[in-house]
Amino acid sequence: MPDVHDLGGRPGLGRIEREAREPVFQARWEGRVMGMVYASRRANWLNLDAFRHGVERMDPQRYLAASYYERWLASIERVLPELGALTPGAAPPPLAPYGFEREVGAPARFAVGSTLRARARNPVGHTRLPGYVSGKRGIVVSVRGGYVFPDTNAHGQGEQPQYLYSVRFGARELWGAAADPRASVCVDLFEPYLEAATSGAREVRDE
Amino acid sequence: MNEHDHDDQHDHAHEPSDPEAARLALRAEALEALLVERGVVRRESIDAIVARYENEIGPLNGAKLVARAWSDPEFKRRLLADARAAIAELSLPVGDTATPIVVVENTPGVHNVVVCTLCSCYPSSLLGLPPRWYKSPPYRARVVREPRAVLRELGLELPETTEVRVWDSSAELRYLVLPERPLGSEEASEAELVELVSRDSLIGVAPAGAPRER
Repeated sequence: MPDVHDLGGRPGLGRIEREAREPVFQARWEGRVMGMVYASRRANWLNLDAFRHGVERMDPQRYLAASYYERWLASIERVLPELGALTPGAAPPPLAPYGFEREVGAPARFAVGSTLRARARNPVGHTRLPGYVSGKRGIVVSVRGGYVFPDTNAHGQGEQPQYLYSVRFGARELWGAAADPRASVCVDLFEPYLEAATSGAREVRDE
Repeated sequence: MNEHDHDDQHDHAHEPSDPEAARLALRAEALEALLVERGVVRRESIDAIVARYENEIGPLNGAKLVARAWSDPEFKRRLLADARAAIAELSLPVGDTATPIVVVENTPGVHNVVVCTLCSCYPSSLLGLPPRWYKSPPYRARVVREPRAVLRELGLELPETTEVRVWDSSAELRYLVLPERPLGSEEASEAELVELVSRDSLIGVAPAGAPRER
């Protein structure tokens, strides 16, 4: 079963409703929830990846019906207790280094211009590999350096830094021969999500 | 926005009008009380974060950045090469800059548009919090698959010859579009140029020169 939050390319979700003007928060509680998330992260009780995984574990029907900040609320209600934040006398985990950029103890495997294929999406736990690029070929447009790896960091398995690449996928590669020949999607993918592909390989199509 | 809406949005003592909203408010209050009691967060920290995003951090930051880039080719070069360093030059009221910003430039032949299909990542440290449509399932689902149709639906008709590049912010980089400088703005001062840059033009769903939303 696909993850409900993995929305890229999913048909049938309707029109985009754009409001002329909207307040920063629709209700006071939305601001309080946003503040709780930011403050818990700053206090090192919450890491971004565990927080996102909390959102992703919502009941799928509820996820789609919920507003953005309701999803945030649902995540911290679940994840902060899991991380021990509500346990009397507990202390937050040791402070991680600032930000997300990290040294990787090895050279990058791929270079700008390489043709790569995105691997199958890990069906278990948190990942940042969108389903719609899985199995598709793209070209590296930038090597962004080493970053905290969400797939492990979300699960208390450490930062395990990995190289991050911006990979461009042509619309026809992603959506088939009828797609826009002058459109592409660039996705930021971690090295473990990628494998080398031969650039002259057969056309990969959706049908 | 009429007066009634205005009251609804800013009178925080106003009682929520539907039970669902009341339940959410109650859950948020209960969790906040617990987190404060356990010393996880302080109320004053939450107050400060909310006030900062309500009053200080917003699309004006991005508009200033773009106006400077249009006015100063050397700044534009630095902005496209290393946005974080270039942004620091302007002393803007920005949030936590742990997440690097990447600026992508629109040209007569290339149009860029930004999305996050997996959640709703957005250059919030610079532009403030994202609008609702950006976070909505239809936008997240559709803009990667049919970007030209989505842009048309949002009022931006691109020539068929223009290449469309969608940026899906799937990791800890945040993308910001440098829109094309509007025709006829050659004589405009930097301050006047700021007025031409809307939030939506920084996301890539509108051209610069359209009325700005803050």
